[in-house]
Amino acid sequence: MSDASEKLAQSGLSRSVGIVEPKTARFSEPLALDCGRSLPSYELVYETYGQLNDEGSNAVLICHALSGDHHAAGFHAETDRKPGWWDSAIGPGKPIDTDRFFVVCLNNLGGCKGSTGPLSIDPVSGKPYGPDFPIVTVKDWVHSQYRLMQYLGLPGWAAVIGGSLGGMQVLQWSITYPDALAHAVVIAAAPRLSAQNIAFNEVARQAIITDPEFYGGRYADHNTLPRRGLMLARMLGHITYLSDDAMRAKFGRELRSGQVQYGFDVEFQVESYLRYQGASFVDRFDANTYLLMTKALDYFDPAQASNDDLVAALAEVKAHFLVVSFTSDWRFSPERSREIVRALLASGKQVSYAEIESNHGHDAFLMTIPYYHRVLAGYMANIDFASTPSGLSSPVYSTGGAV
Amino acid sequence: MIRPDWHTVEQWITPKSRVLDLGCGDGALLSHLIERRQVSAVGLELDDDKVASGIERGLNIIQEDLDNGISDWFAPMSFDFVIVSQTIQAMRHPERLLADMLTIAREGIVTFPNMGYWRNRVQLGLLGHMPINRALPNPWYNTPNIHLCTLSDFESLCSELGIEILDRAVVDSARRESALLRAFPNWFGEHAIYRIQRKS
Repeated sequence: MSDASEKLAQSGLSRSVGIVEPKTARFSEPLALDCGRSLPSYELVYETYGQLNDEGSNAVLICHALSGDHHAAGFHAETDRKPGWWDSAIGPGKPIDTDRFFVVCLNNLGGCKGSTGPLSIDPVSGKPYGPDFPIVTVKDWVHSQYRLMQYLGLPGWAAVIGGSLGGMQVLQWSITYPDALAHAVVIAAAPRLSAQNIAFNEVARQAIITDPEFYGGRYADHNTLPRRGLMLARMLGHITYLSDDAMRAKFGRELRSGQVQYGFDVEFQVESYLRYQGASFVDRFDANTYLLMTKALDYFDPAQASNDDLVAALAEVKAHFLVVSFTSDWRFSPERSREIVRALLASGKQVSYAEIESNHGHDAFLMTIPYYHRVLAGYMANIDFASTPSGLSSPVYSTGGAV
Repeated sequence: MIRPDWHTVEQWITPKSRVLDLGCGDGALLSHLIERRQVSAVGLELDDDKVASGIERGLNIIQEDLDNGISDWFAPMSFDFVIVSQTIQAMRHPERLLADMLTIAREGIVTFPNMGYWRNRVQLGLLGHMPINRALPNPWYNTPNIHLCTLSDFESLCSELGIEILDRAVVDSARRESALLRAFPNWFGEHAIYRIQRKS
């Protein structure tokens, strides 16, 4: 144990994975993408927590959501104010127990936290990709994640786990590489976006694209950022991640100064919160990546290739599923999770489904809700490493897939 | 702990069959059937604590309110047996469940506390109060058991719904067999256990 992690342990954070360091995997074999283009070479930044066992059968992949990254748990430095985005669930003795599992989390392609994306240098032009970075889909991500699995020398995953857009990657994994994972945990997700979901994404995109500082995505060339657009997009996002109840409980109609000012400055606490969330997001996220991620969401539709029949799309699935939804989540409501569960049942698959009572909206999937964590921990504890794929069978490739 | 009706249920379940338990509680019966009959099992349960217990046992549990209907969840004839153990008396529409369950599976197994059991009759008929005992432990104002029935009530409903009764067993809480029990099941059976199917 390093001095730093000892310190963390002493400071009462003993259930943390401690100080972690991101690593980079380089891939020089081209990756063919759904959009028809291909990435000649690329890098994926990832973190791992826990120890891989001798058989390599205890590996778990965590897939991140819209604005997530590879830093799912622990701290990068002792001075970090906040741990990784899913530290509530990943760590020693936590539902995704790092005393038992070897946990891998990566930043997806097109991201802005180190993996190849719009901020990276295009080897062809020698300049950052910017808006020229190809549109990536959930399926493209899964192909790249499969390559990361091979790079790490893993025969397969004991489980692939994700919430929201991460849950969609899990679903895609089970369909595209049925022999590569034993368990699939799909949290607060949907089998595809509704028109309303796409509409919210489109407003977010328009906010960014119509910002005068956007310059067709080449804002870096102009030494600027579409600050207002990205901020608006994030503010809108935050409204859809929270529930009416959660907002009422958190802010009510509380005024910052105690009385109304009859003006357009920040008056209500909720305005202050949204502006803060929006403004701080601009400093840590790239606008082109935000556009790409929302498109990946919009395009996700694994049933499309099977005449919109999700049951048929799931026919080859071998993984056992845990599907979880939250009652006040209106971005991806429980009904959307039920669609997944019903299709799995109709397809004769093994599945458990828990509907968690919560007023936190879509954001609930990141929170420590006792029943939620009990279900997740209970499911994970029953994973038998003997059922983890041994890596002997070949993956199922579909059109546009990487080979 | 083995509940009094489990032994009979187990006898009726074919080994290696597909079993759905509606209102499966903490999944103890399903675990028992997996162990004894090697069934492939799915349970439906509403209560958070019980759902979590079932998942902790490694079972496939779907969290759902049975009163919302089950035909949305399961394809016709996707199971061999549907079990409704000590649950129909707590449902808003037991008659809908009975009809629905036999579209999902070939055979149904239904168990419930018999309101016609002599102790219940004595408590209501002679002492003049709602029964409170081992099988019906809750006071009338705070009980999940809102649709109690006797063997004879249940059999009339089956007949109305076009349901055939294949087997009937009655037990008391100690699982004792007796001549009295066999001769007067609606008097001496504390729990009723039926095996049913749709009339062909």
